[in-house]
Amino acid sequence: MSFVPGQPVTAVVQRIEIQKLRQGENLILGFSIGGGIDQDSGQNPFSEDKTDKGIYVTRITPGGPADVAGLKMGDKIMQVNGWDMTMVTHDQARKRLTKKKEDVVRLLVTRKSLEEAVKHSMNKYPRQ
Amino acid sequence: MDTESTYSGYSYYSGRSRGSHRHGERSRDRHKSRSKDSRSEKSVTINTPPAEPLLGDSSVRGEQVQDDNWGETTTAVTGTSEHSLSQEDIVRITKDLEDSVGLDCRRYLTRTVAVILGLLVFLTPLAFLVLPHLLWPEKLQSCGTACEGLFISVAFKLLILLLAVWALFFRPARAGLPRVFVFRALLAVLVLLFVVSYWLFYGVRILDSQDENYQGIVQYAVSLVDALLFIHYLAIVLLELRQLQPCFSLCVTRSTDGETRHYNLGQLSIQRAALAIIEHYYCDFPVHNPALLSASKSRAAKHLAGLKVYNVDGPGNNAAAGLVHSQSRAMIAAAARRRDTSHNDLYYEEAEHERRVRKRKARLVVAVEEAFTHIKRMQEEEQKKAPGDVMDPREAAQAIFPSMARALQKYLRTTKQQHCHSMESIQQHLAFCITNNMTPKAFLESYLNPGPTLQYSRDHWLARQWTLISEASVTSGLKDGSLFLLKCVDFSLVVSAKKIPYIQMSEEYIDPKSHKFVLRLQSETSV
Repeated sequence: MSFVPGQPVTAVVQRIEIQKLRQGENLILGFSIGGGIDQDSGQNPFSEDKTDKGIYVTRITPGGPADVAGLKMGDKIMQVNGWDMTMVTHDQARKRLTKKKEDVVRLLVTRKSLEEAVKHSMNKYPRQ
Repeated sequence: MDTESTYSGYSYYSGRSRGSHRHGERSRDRHKSRSKDSRSEKSVTINTPPAEPLLGDSSVRGEQVQDDNWGETTTAVTGTSEHSLSQEDIVRITKDLEDSVGLDCRRYLTRTVAVILGLLVFLTPLAFLVLPHLLWPEKLQSCGTACEGLFISVAFKLLILLLAVWALFFRPARAGLPRVFVFRALLAVLVLLFVVSYWLFYGVRILDSQDENYQGIVQYAVSLVDALLFIHYLAIVLLELRQLQPCFSLCVTRSTDGETRHYNLGQLSIQRAALAIIEHYYCDFPVHNPALLSASKSRAAKHLAGLKVYNVDGPGNNAAAGLVHSQSRAMIAAAARRRDTSHNDLYYEEAEHERRVRKRKARLVVAVEEAFTHIKRMQEEEQKKAPGDVMDPREAAQAIFPSMARALQKYLRTTKQQHCHSMESIQQHLAFCITNNMTPKAFLESYLNPGPTLQYSRDHWLARQWTLISEASVTSGLKDGSLFLLKCVDFSLVVSAKKIPYIQMSEEYIDPKSHKFVLRLQSETSV
């Protein structure tokens, strides 16, 4: 999941749609994020490449909306509702996820197992 | 051939102390082997390599080579000798011989040559100045002011030269080295050539032609003295300054117990480096105690004695070397297969010894502290009031010595140091400690820890017994990887030299304003 500056990033992503849950006057999603371009990327336990300053899912509330939707811990969030999340600060990411006017967030997430699954299936059925 | 003889005086004590503590034994085998060891400590042991076939001769009766007296001529038995001459006696005899003959004749020769050269050097300028007055006084121009000023200069320069030569060369000789000191010899030759050439010039140009210009002659003499001072400067640089900068790191190991030290020396010849190492040895290394090595020797003897190899093929084997080689290989293989429990013995023996030493030490400390309480230093006023029963330090030491003597002797025997300290030396040390208001702990320090060799009496020094063994010539300089041995009577010092590396240093400039810091952020937000 490392990137070459100036080249488009390619990744195998999964589309996840989370319905926000109303708790009191807050809309919560049920997970925690870490990372961002203003953070120290060396301390991220989930990233393969320690220079990756993307947004990662660090914790999932069991039974929460994110857990129900299929989000896993360690996923890297690439897009939120069309907005790019690979080069944002931590606060910008938080704001994009917690907009009060939106009930639903559509995420594009990537994880290592997705790439492996694709590779595995490509090997099984070689191109004729 | 392995010949081992120990000084019967102290080994008797060690045998006795070992014999008195037999309880703590594990098995009868160890008991037996231990008694054999204590007996062998007091005897002369001769071990021949087991190369003679003991059973081979009897199997071939028809051959002519059979020796009927093989029982008497084969030597494989340890013998006890009542009149054994110990190693130290031999050393003492040879030392007396050397002292009486006097290898100092070489030293005296060097001294006389040096004195003659010195006199020649000093009298030459004076001769240059005085000879014209003696030989052609009427033709000589009178000495003007500048000339007389030069007289003062000659006088003071000669005085400075005299003091400088006295400081550098007329010091008591530290050692007798095997080969001549190359730099000193070179300098002497240089000075001689120099003075001879000046005399030659003087003789030809001044004496023969009877020059009247006295000022020129005086200036010539001044130039000689100046040049001599410069030669003296050269001597200082070559002899003293050159080896000050450390260039080599020498690792010195004592062969008997592995005691190692490291020293830094400059560029020296091997014999001078050896001299420096020996002087450091006397100050730094703990004294060599042969009694501490007997334990490992007895263990080694037990290893060898465990197996006996017989050659059953008869004397048909021609190559004796091949025979010995195959036998030793067989022994090594058998020893590897055999289950050896000697490590167990060593562990328990050492633990037992440790415990014993600590107990004796505790008793000793208590005894000494108690002894020291019996004495009090008398004050000045009391001296005038009560003159009775006043003792000087030696008498005071003799008075309190008996109460601690037994504990001290037992402790020294347990740590095998009793031959290093005589009763006289202990009493002297006690008097010394009492005079200088030392505590009992300070008194005991020299007995609890073995000190450097210089601390002990002269007969432990063996200062005349050193031999330098070196593959390279001893007047050649030290090089990286030089190796030489300094052999003394009982042990040898193995010295290896390593060159201090050439260091390439580069610089990096850090602007003081460039020290800036940021906080490491790693926040986690729940959404």
